[in-house]
Amino acid sequence: MDLFEHQAKELFAEYGIPVPRGTVAHTADEARAAAEQLTGRVVVKAQVKTGGRGKAGGVKVADDASDAHAKATQILGMDIKGHTVHKVLIEEASQIAEEYYFSFLLDRANRTFLAICSAAGGMDIEEVAHTAPEKVAKVPVNPIDGIDLAKAREIAQAGGLPDKALDGAAALIEKLWAVFVDEDATLVEVNPMILSADGQVKALDGKVTLDDNANFRQAEHAAYVDKAAEDPLEARAKEKHLNYVKLDGTVGIIGNGAGLVMSTLDVVAYAGEAFPGQPKPANFLDIGGGASAEVMANGLEIILSDPSVKSVFVNVFGGITACDAVANGIVSAFQLLESRGEAVTHPLVVRLDGNNAALGRQILADAGLPRVELVDTMDDAAKRAAELAAVGA
Amino acid sequence: MAIWLTENSKIIVQGMTGGEGTKHTRRMLAAGAKVVGGVNARKAGIVHEGLPVFGTVKEAMEQTGADVSVVFVPPVATKAAVKEAIDAEIPLCVVITEGVPVHDTTEFWAYAQAKGNKTRIIGPNCPGIASPGASNAGIIPADITTPGRIGLVSKSGTLTYQLMYELRDFGFSTCVGIGGDPVIGTTHIDALQAFQDDPNTDAIVMIGEIGGDAEERAAAYIEENVTKPVVAYVAGFTAPEGKTMGHAGAIVSGSAGTAQAKKEALEKVGVRVGKTPSETARLMREIMQSR
Repeated sequence: MDLFEHQAKELFAEYGIPVPRGTVAHTADEARAAAEQLTGRVVVKAQVKTGGRGKAGGVKVADDASDAHAKATQILGMDIKGHTVHKVLIEEASQIAEEYYFSFLLDRANRTFLAICSAAGGMDIEEVAHTAPEKVAKVPVNPIDGIDLAKAREIAQAGGLPDKALDGAAALIEKLWAVFVDEDATLVEVNPMILSADGQVKALDGKVTLDDNANFRQAEHAAYVDKAAEDPLEARAKEKHLNYVKLDGTVGIIGNGAGLVMSTLDVVAYAGEAFPGQPKPANFLDIGGGASAEVMANGLEIILSDPSVKSVFVNVFGGITACDAVANGIVSAFQLLESRGEAVTHPLVVRLDGNNAALGRQILADAGLPRVELVDTMDDAAKRAAELAAVGA
Repeated sequence: MAIWLTENSKIIVQGMTGGEGTKHTRRMLAAGAKVVGGVNARKAGIVHEGLPVFGTVKEAMEQTGADVSVVFVPPVATKAAVKEAIDAEIPLCVVITEGVPVHDTTEFWAYAQAKGNKTRIIGPNCPGIASPGASNAGIIPADITTPGRIGLVSKSGTLTYQLMYELRDFGFSTCVGIGGDPVIGTTHIDALQAFQDDPNTDAIVMIGEIGGDAEERAAAYIEENVTKPVVAYVAGFTAPEGKTMGHAGAIVSGSAGTAQAKKEALEKVGVRVGKTPSETARLMREIMQSR
């Protein structure tokens, strides 16, 4: 889960990392009030979970409270790379002497952590990394050894930070490591990390990605979930512990196993190219290896309540749970849905393969379920589901 | 013969007395695997599923001669369980557990390195490893394929099963599910190397998915080191940027980690990449038939 800048900075502040004073505003009036509290010049910053915000015009300096109102009016509602701005951070303007870059992140390739530090921070860091990689220090961090003040100072030096900034930077980096470890983050980034005119090193921006797998020991992270931005179907699926992602097509997809479902999305998209309107997958839904009747029913219910769905493709490989059990699950799911008053009216293409596939198909055929078609292979079933979606469109 | 797991492998199960541990211990035994015991510090001394339960991995190894551990403990206890296996220097530790925090995986990986890398770790969040007809360590269904001479390495569980099933008439030497987490123990490259060196493997199926650059690195490795034919499949061509689809590692950020980039990297070094799982099976079928 990615945090908003203001959430990242609130987290930084809890760990004693110097950040500018600021307040979140959802309206231009709130922005004016926040600027009045701060007095003097303020910065109005769009809160969106994407990069390139500054270049898109989402960060503006305001001279006073009424200017903050005007700037917030411009920024609120703006679209930045597909993200609508719903809130802005009103922050005291900092006297910037120099801008640096710093981050801790997961280095997948080397199965360790990495610190990245550069004296050439700011909006063009990616350009610098590309054209002058020697100006960007990449230092592996062993998770067992961690980061102490001395190591933090070494990294700051490797990044080419000037002597006057080293003490402040080292202190900030050591605290940032604590955020990274204690909060189970996979990324903490400060760009820019600034040296202010009065010699302080501060985090002027903050980007944090948290590991959802650690939620069992990070109960307070639940507060960061952006409920407003959550798709309503995704929210409902989450309540039922279903692994569901809403997409923008018309073919509903259910399968077992993340890889198989990802593959199903691809195969349906390819198949759809041959039909009018080029139907695409409406969702990702992985019901896992077990695939009990109840899970199948819950999955079907979510997919059928998506108004954009025209046809459904159930793609199951019977491994641990053999196909006869999966077929019984589908039959029970239909009964369960009917008892909930939600009869299945969409065409359903089912592909069962693997253990006891013939038996599973027989069970489905015998059940005489309305609008269910059995297709033997994944590729042919994808074609049929796409065709049905095209006809229904 | 096979890689890493043979008919002589003696398996212990960490977390054998739990629900998943019990279910899959039964399945492994039914598949003919030599499961020799379980580990649970709180239930040491009892007999479960007809097998002795030991207090520690070390004790289990001393008493049974076990050389493989399969880990089914919950995410909260996985780091400690794997570190215990590393301390006991068990040669192979297969971590099935899903939902392990990446800080924990990164830490036990570093711990294995610091301890001299004596334990091969597979996973976490993986289906395990199966050498059909010989042994089975994990949750891969044993009865969907036959023994043969194809090697398979995959990030995805059900796609592994799909290919094992489609190519069941040729059969497999060993199938390794390495898992879809951002940090994993055994990689595509490790398995490619082992299959290349295995006299009983003739050709290799490699299954990848979006996220990271493991497939690109595997391609570079194949170019330099692998002479056996390799067929690949990559899942996630149509996955949108920034969305996690089940596997925590399968997330595209920016232009890095796309399926297209992986496909191109593999094709550039002569690997044939199937557009669908079935087409991938067909490509492998052609190779095996022409031998």
